[in-house]
Amino acid sequence: MFANLIPALRMLVVLSVLTGVAYPLLVTGIAQLAFPWRANGSLLIENQKVVGSELIGQPFADPKYFWGRPSATSPQPYNSGASSGSNLGARNPALAEAVTARIKALRDADPEATGPVPADLVTTSASGLDPHISVAAADYQISRIAKARGLAPEALRALVAQHTQPPTFGVLGEKRVNVLQLNLNLDRAARKG
Amino acid sequence: MTALGWLQIALYLVVLIALAKPLGAYMADVYEDRPGWRKRIGAPIEGGIYRLAGVDSSRDMRWTEYALAMLWFNLVGGLVVYALQRLQAFLPLNPQSLSAVSPDSAFNTATSFISNTNWQGYSGEATMSYLTQMLGLTVQNFVSAATGMAVLVALIRGFSRKQATGIGNFWADLVRSTLYILLPLSLLLAVALVSQGVVQTFDASPTAQLVEQPLNYDQPKNGPDGQPIKDASGSPVTEHASTTEQSIAVGPAASQVAIKQLGTNGGGFFNVNSAHPLENPTPLANFLEVLAILLIPAALCYTFGRMIGDTRQGWALLAAMTVVFTALLASAYITESVPNPALVSAGIDGTPNANYPGTNLEGKEVRFGIANSVLWATVTTAASNGSVNAMHDSLMPLTGLVPMWLMQLGEVIFGGVGSGLYGMIMFAIIAVFIAGLMIGRTPEYLGKKLGAFEIKMASIAILIPPLLVLGGTAVAVMVEAGRAGIANPGAQGFSEILYAFSSAGNNNGSAFAGLSANTPFYNTALGICMLFARYWLAIPVLALAGALAAAKTVPASEGTLPTHTPLFVTVLIGTVITVGALTFVPALALGPVAEHLQLFAGK
Repeated sequence: MFANLIPALRMLVVLSVLTGVAYPLLVTGIAQLAFPWRANGSLLIENQKVVGSELIGQPFADPKYFWGRPSATSPQPYNSGASSGSNLGARNPALAEAVTARIKALRDADPEATGPVPADLVTTSASGLDPHISVAAADYQISRIAKARGLAPEALRALVAQHTQPPTFGVLGEKRVNVLQLNLNLDRAARKG
Repeated sequence: MTALGWLQIALYLVVLIALAKPLGAYMADVYEDRPGWRKRIGAPIEGGIYRLAGVDSSRDMRWTEYALAMLWFNLVGGLVVYALQRLQAFLPLNPQSLSAVSPDSAFNTATSFISNTNWQGYSGEATMSYLTQMLGLTVQNFVSAATGMAVLVALIRGFSRKQATGIGNFWADLVRSTLYILLPLSLLLAVALVSQGVVQTFDASPTAQLVEQPLNYDQPKNGPDGQPIKDASGSPVTEHASTTEQSIAVGPAASQVAIKQLGTNGGGFFNVNSAHPLENPTPLANFLEVLAILLIPAALCYTFGRMIGDTRQGWALLAAMTVVFTALLASAYITESVPNPALVSAGIDGTPNANYPGTNLEGKEVRFGIANSVLWATVTTAASNGSVNAMHDSLMPLTGLVPMWLMQLGEVIFGGVGSGLYGMIMFAIIAVFIAGLMIGRTPEYLGKKLGAFEIKMASIAILIPPLLVLGGTAVAVMVEAGRAGIANPGAQGFSEILYAFSSAGNNNGSAFAGLSANTPFYNTALGICMLFARYWLAIPVLALAGALAAAKTVPASEGTLPTHTPLFVTVLIGTVITVGALTFVPALALGPVAEHLQLFAGK
């Protein structure tokens, strides 16, 4: 009955060292040597300051910026220390109410944009940290940003195109725009005048 | 639905099936301990492990000893995970100074990780220190998977041996699964994932200056006792707050993410699992991760065929799994592509195109869109993985039915590494038995006569999970502590509970995460379900292995039902579907089906 108790303990210790210490350390070593920027969070540096991660979205509400996905993290949106989705069911009235309110906010910010709204602009992401929006969602916001910044819509369209990532190898994933990088670029262009 | 979506699904299936034979043959070599380059590199390490652990790897074990070794190893593993969580505040590698985990949550997580379930009642980045994640959770990710593979290999030996007393050596099967299969694959996958942006560091979280400053928000106000203050109506009082920074949670994630996918564990490094951009940053990372879920379970079918000396038998089981999987995946993709009528009437664009992935994006990430989210949801519940890249609670009701039912089928459509195939073999035994009754022959499978004992053991393995799922759900909806966890109103609330017990009672680990399950009631009830679902299946399977190994092999005769033909594959699928449908249709009708009908009736 107890014959295998001590071997079990010893085996656990040995395998813990192998899989719980040696393996993560080896991966960390390779990662830090081969892909240090990626392994440490793909941080974006501007004027010697960390301004975010390429892979983590940020909250934007100013009309002069592209807005990203609504975020369900708490207490503040895009809280990267507590990733979370809304978990609202498809028929939950709270979902339809939240979507209606977000559509109203979009239209209040730009009365000219009256067409159907791309879903990603008014539904929360799974992580609450989604860095991307669809091309349609970026296009939807161009007239607002053009007015807020006094820029030509064509210039903004070109910028969006420049930041559009196609599906990987033409098949994997969706076409998408990185909101943080797009906005950083807008600010950079504005500073240059 | 888009052409690109179907193309990605097709590509997934092609790559998965193409890898089954090479990996399956390699794993058969490992378990048969054949010589080769693997042994030349690994033999000194393997021998060293046996010496340090003080075990004789060459000694053949009877099924009882095999089972005891497995149980002891899992028990001490569970105790260590529990202790690490309770003591993490006093232990090193805790840069965020996280405090001890509560006893019920620690129990739940310990059972969850030893049973290869990886249900997460906790939020990873906010609860577990780096040390707990590494020495507790990552270790169990490996060894709980290796345990499942060992039990499967023991069962396979039951079929391939004749009049033998033993079914192999647990320690050898455990170590070989870990050292030659799980570790090298994880290392490759982890490095590939880092190249895509999955973090792997021991530093504390860096802080970023927000581009748009300041961010104003409301946060719950805490009283002097640290508990949130509530007003007269019971809703929490909030206070105004403001920040200019974003703290970016990082950690040694890639090493854990790789094995949680490959070992069908599913416990994420971050709270939202593989929806988190630092856990699953790109479509390529997503493809590798979702491929890793079914890679070993699919290849083990070929391993099985090779080890019993008839690869057709393995292909037959793989065919049955693939047919059911593909049908359910296609139906989920179709249902999820129908725009939610409540959102379209609110003013959302209902037509997908190349620049717009579609309407139902609540709880999904843009980089994955609809197709990859549905693919993952189906894969993760077909296998007993349970990781997610989208929030299942927010899926359309009939889409949510698919992952729920895949779990309820007993995690045999690919299933967990090892456990999925031994579960499927139990169904094959029942299918042979039923077919034998119909044609009036003594049932036999792979040259072994199936008597009353074998059928009893297979029946136990098949009947325990439904008992746990339906019994647990019934108790939870009857008691206040169970109903208190519900987040969504109406039928979806019932689905949340049904999903939780389907997940725990079949060692999956995914959730309709709206359910507040980090409570003493759910932590305890689900913890108990996970223990029974794992060990009350593994023990009957090992008993069956012992009985089969001891039996004679009967040569195939004219009266033998061939078990590699399309006809048998059909009978097997019929058995799995019939058992799953008869048991769960009433419960599913009350949950997702009722929700669907109400949603589209506009009620």
